[in-house]
Amino acid sequence: MAKKTNSAGQTFIAGLWEENPVFRLLLGMCPTLAVTTAVKPSLTMGVSVIFVLVCSNIVVSLMRDLLKPHLRILMFTLTIATFVTIADLFLKAFLPEMSAKLGPYIPLIIVNCLIICRAEACASQNGLYISVIDAFGMGLGFTLVLCLLGAIRELLAVGTIFEIPVMWQSFAPWAAMRMPVGAFITLGLLLGGVNLITRKKA
Amino acid sequence: MAFASIVIVNNLVFTKFLGICPYLGVSGRIDMAFGMGMAVTFVVTLAGTLTWLIDHLILMPYGLEVTRYICFILVIAGAVQLVEMYLRKFFPKLYESFGIFLPLITTNCAILGLCLFINLWGIDDFLEAVVLSFGAGIGFTLAICIMAGIRENLKMADVPESLEGAPITLITAGLLTMAFMGFSGMIK
Repeated sequence: MAKKTNSAGQTFIAGLWEENPVFRLLLGMCPTLAVTTAVKPSLTMGVSVIFVLVCSNIVVSLMRDLLKPHLRILMFTLTIATFVTIADLFLKAFLPEMSAKLGPYIPLIIVNCLIICRAEACASQNGLYISVIDAFGMGLGFTLVLCLLGAIRELLAVGTIFEIPVMWQSFAPWAAMRMPVGAFITLGLLLGGVNLITRKKA
Repeated sequence: MAFASIVIVNNLVFTKFLGICPYLGVSGRIDMAFGMGMAVTFVVTLAGTLTWLIDHLILMPYGLEVTRYICFILVIAGAVQLVEMYLRKFFPKLYESFGIFLPLITTNCAILGLCLFINLWGIDDFLEAVVLSFGAGIGFTLAICIMAGIRENLKMADVPESLEGAPITLITAGLLTMAFMGFSGMIK
């Protein structure tokens, strides 16, 4: 793979829209669908992913000259597993209800295709600075999508955003939004919408 | 009972959102879907059993829970590697038909997810862990084959351009989830 020569600013913005991990690269679907029942868990998951992504990109970038081809993926995975353990313990200690709600999806960040892909595609080939910027961009893009999905589902399912009531009193909540059904269909429609926008631009 | 529960009522794909990436990627044709499903079943049964053993025989008695995730992922990666080497040596035909799926399965959230769920649900019985692992794989195979069947027919339908590919698959998955919801409460 050729070395990217994008500027830092371009790399950051790319993670937010052009190469948005969920909408364009279709990575990290599992947590996207699982935790977006409301904005709070979405935000927690998003921030955890940013933390793990940035730390792992730093470590991978620092050790990129030592990586043997066969053991690459294993090294990435072990690094990521370490940081996820840290994040998980942190959440368990300081945000226990949120940790209980997110359940096994925090450790599942380890196998989140997003983080491994960025380690493979970016951190193992570029210097420290670009890797960190890329991690922040991708992580932020991911968090924004999660919060968007979470906001839509929370709004329609319970009428609140971030637990602040927003909808009018007589609003009949759409309980399906809180269930897997709502997750799949909302994400599908959002992706369709994004495709529509990008197709019009092209 | 546990088997039926995890295949239908608590299906990994439809209720726990596991294995979505390969689910979206490989559900285009029934034969590919079945191949992927079988590969996943094979690996997940092995992984689920091994991780349960390690968890109960080594991690818990010695208070090493904090290394759980690292141990699990090492076991899974190692198991997949071993399976790959074993198949390549002794069953080359089978290895050919699995193709590139085997390496992909290591990062499949379904495998690690199942190991974590077995841990979360506090399964103390070895046999139950084995049955659950196997059932999870069968459930995944069921889900992905149903989806493949639908998608093969979708090719002939008139899907709006923006919804082609991932969006319509997700919406279909949502409707399938709704259908499977009808099973909830049937089995504890």
